[in-house]
Amino acid sequence: MTTLGERLRQQAAIKGDAIAVHLQTAGQPDASISYRELVRGSTAFADEYAREGLVAGDVVVLIQQHGADLVHAFWGAILHGVVPSIMPYLTEKLSPEQYRNDLASLIKVTRPAAVVTYPEFEGEVRSSIKPGSTVRRVIVTGQEGSAADVNPPGAIRSDGGAGDIALLQHSSGTTGLQKGVALSHRAILNQLEAYGSVLKLGPADVIVSWLPLYHDMGLIAGFLLPILSGVPLVLGSPFDWVRAPWRLVDAVSRYRGTLSWLPNFAYNFSAQKIRDRNLEGVDLSSWRAVINCSEPVRLESHRMFFERFKECGLRWEALQTSYAMAENVFGVTQSDLSRPPVVQTLDREAFLVEGIARPADAAGAKIASMSSGKPLPNTEVQIHGPRGNLMPDGHVGEIALRSDCMLTGYYNRPDADRQAFRNGWYLTGDYGYLSDGELFVSGRKKDMIIVGGKNIYPQDLEALSYEVPGVHGGRSVAFGVFNDELGTEDVYVVAEVESEDPREHERLADLIRQHVTKNSAVALRHVRVVGPRWIVKTSSGKTARGANRDKFLRELELLRE
Amino acid sequence: MENRSANAELIQRLEAYIASEVLKQPARRIDGQAPLISSGLVDSFSLVGLALYVEEEFGVHIDDTELSASTFDTLEQLAELIRLRRGQ
Repeated sequence: MTTLGERLRQQAAIKGDAIAVHLQTAGQPDASISYRELVRGSTAFADEYAREGLVAGDVVVLIQQHGADLVHAFWGAILHGVVPSIMPYLTEKLSPEQYRNDLASLIKVTRPAAVVTYPEFEGEVRSSIKPGSTVRRVIVTGQEGSAADVNPPGAIRSDGGAGDIALLQHSSGTTGLQKGVALSHRAILNQLEAYGSVLKLGPADVIVSWLPLYHDMGLIAGFLLPILSGVPLVLGSPFDWVRAPWRLVDAVSRYRGTLSWLPNFAYNFSAQKIRDRNLEGVDLSSWRAVINCSEPVRLESHRMFFERFKECGLRWEALQTSYAMAENVFGVTQSDLSRPPVVQTLDREAFLVEGIARPADAAGAKIASMSSGKPLPNTEVQIHGPRGNLMPDGHVGEIALRSDCMLTGYYNRPDADRQAFRNGWYLTGDYGYLSDGELFVSGRKKDMIIVGGKNIYPQDLEALSYEVPGVHGGRSVAFGVFNDELGTEDVYVVAEVESEDPREHERLADLIRQHVTKNSAVALRHVRVVGPRWIVKTSSGKTARGANRDKFLRELELLRE
Repeated sequence: MENRSANAELIQRLEAYIASEVLKQPARRIDGQAPLISSGLVDSFSLVGLALYVEEEFGVHIDDTELSASTFDTLEQLAELIRLRRGQ
């Protein structure tokens, strides 16, 4: 058994000057980092951590833009045995006060010893650190004489044992930032081995990714997997991709990329938002798998993507699926790469009303259900009924899993650990069914909203709406509604107010839109303000999000008729 | 004066596009000086769509690297950028 740090050194010993990462940044030539350079640059950071007095087990929060410094700061932490947690940096639209609040929530629970950031952001970070905080150091990168430029003193260090925590992963928002998924070296390496074997990852592979490293799909599939498997990585930035989605297919074409992971919405976005001239000369015949993962997978999205890129040599069989989550490090299932994912045509009524996947007959309404593949060899999947009973094939229930790559726990959150497990099985909060060993994911028990692969907690958005004068606590609900054109969920907020005046409703709706947009990861478009007694409450007085979502959609249907 | 009226027409068309396609509120009015990008009114997922629209409607290319508030952040600034690039 080994650690991530040992594994990196082993790869460096084998690969030497071979390129580990091709870094892409819009408006700049690609920068290549060899394994030797990767270890050198990371060791400089490890030495910096040592000089700053950080010891094995300390948590270090990385708030950095896409680039070599982030790559080196991460691996430097691994080499020094400190626990990195990558946090998104401030975007243009987010209010600095909210970012400070988010950072303060993260610091409160995670109790990091240091924060690494870039010069422009240093002030922001320092003002989030309250007196008496656990944060002893703020390390600023990219300056003259900074970590990467000094000679490593070659300090002797221990990067810990296989069972130690290697890194933390957080999702966004106040709730997500207080729930860090702690993963051990052993769990991560078990995942990489199991997932790599299913992918038949080999020396001819090239992984191309623009996914953010603060998200499990980006961090594991688009960063650790290639680097620790000796597979070249072409790494772009999400900031650049969203402004120029052609960058991904262009990179695959130029580097002969073989594997990529994308959230479902990216299939729609790529199909809709690339100019013809950006596809001239693009050759996608090397792409052996484009894996749809991190939000519900849609056959229609695969079709759109294929129609747009088949002229570039994309093969239909290349479009694949996976079901993954940070709590299992990453992959839970993966479709068989030698053929397209299994698609079942189901009786719509039986599926939506009874939760039974029954083949459609010729006459009735149908629904297409696409498989997310079979469990990885180290992972077992069960479908649990409401009382923890096992559901038979084709019956929808909660997806539960067990593996040798589970999280160690939610960091400093024993209360969250207790809720997540039942008799050794991790309860995912997602609904689905099994059929001939294939997992079909159908929905969620949790109220979580997934927008473009990003997990959004509705309670965070609701709390923000209460900050708008005129909206009272407990009187608004946030939920997601799938948008076929975008291939992801639209976020809706319904807020109940005293007034019955439509103009007042419009005014408040606007304020809610602005306030939530400015203070969360969501650009909120859909707000409906309603009069008294609209919101459905449970007998215990809590807002029932599902019931309110149903009511909202029913009224929308009526308006359309 | 001529510039202003040329821009007024551009602003009107840009406003209509953003209201209906980005905000999904066709009746919505947007002030010519209201921040669009830094306020999150036009989010990052809508920027490339806006650039494609400008290219198709006005024959003006806005490079992906220019899609941020530092290039334009209001309807007036965007209209001025279009006018200058059209050489009018």
